[in-house]
Amino acid sequence: MKRSNKPIFWSLFGAGGMLSALIGPALVFTTGIALPLGGVPLGYERAHAFAQNGFGKVAIFLVISLFLFHGLHRMYHSVHDLGIHVTPAMKALFHGIAALGSAVAAYLLVTL
Amino acid sequence: MKTYTRPVTGTWWTRNGFYRWYMFRELSCVFITLYAFILLAGLYRLGQGPEAFLAWQAALASPASLAFHVVALVLVIYHSWTWFKIMPKTMPRLPVPDGAIVAGGVIAVIAVSAAFLWTALG
Repeated sequence: MKRSNKPIFWSLFGAGGMLSALIGPALVFTTGIALPLGGVPLGYERAHAFAQNGFGKVAIFLVISLFLFHGLHRMYHSVHDLGIHVTPAMKALFHGIAALGSAVAAYLLVTL
Repeated sequence: MKTYTRPVTGTWWTRNGFYRWYMFRELSCVFITLYAFILLAGLYRLGQGPEAFLAWQAALASPASLAFHVVALVLVIYHSWTWFKIMPKTMPRLPVPDGAIVAGGVIAVIAVSAAFLWTALG
C-alpha cells in the first residue's frame, strides 16, 4: 500500500491550530487593532530588529507558515463540506499555496 | 457494483444550530489564512525599508482592514475555544478528567496572551 501523506499535513494542521489557538487572539488584536489605532510602539526600528534576531526570525516563520498550513488544510476540507467534490489536484493546490507562502517567508527572513 | 451516494447540497449546515456553529468555526480558517498573508506582506514591506513599512502600517488603519481584523479576532477566539473544548477527544487519553484538559488549555491561552500583550504593548 502506498504510504499516505495524511499524517504530515494533519501534523502541520494540528501544529498551526495549536499555535493559532494559543497566540492567535493576542496576535490579531495587537497587529490588526492596537497597532493601527496607535496602541503599540512598533516602529520600523523595533520590527526590523525583531526580524533580524534569530528568535524573531523563527517566531515570524512559524506563525506565517503554520497559520497557512492550518488555514488552507481546513479550507480544503470546508470545500468538501460545501458539497463540492474535492480532487487530488485541489489538495495539492491548497497545500501548495501554504508551502509557497512558507518558502517566501523563509526567503524574506533569510535575506533581511 | 455501484452503491447509492446520497446527494449533498451545499446548504445542509444551515439546518440546525450545531451545524451553523461548526461552519462558523470552519470560517475561521479563511481569516487565519488571510491574516498570515497580511503578515507576509508586512515582512516583505519591512525588507523594503522604513517608508514601505510605514505604508503597510497605514494600510492596516483603513476601515476595511480594521473591520477585517475585528471579525478575525472574534473567529480566532472562537477557534481557540473550540480547539481546547475538543482537546480531550483529539489527544491521547490522559488519566485526568476532561474538564481539567479544557481548563488547562483556557488557562494557557490567558497566560500566553497576557505575556504577549505585556511584551508587545509595554
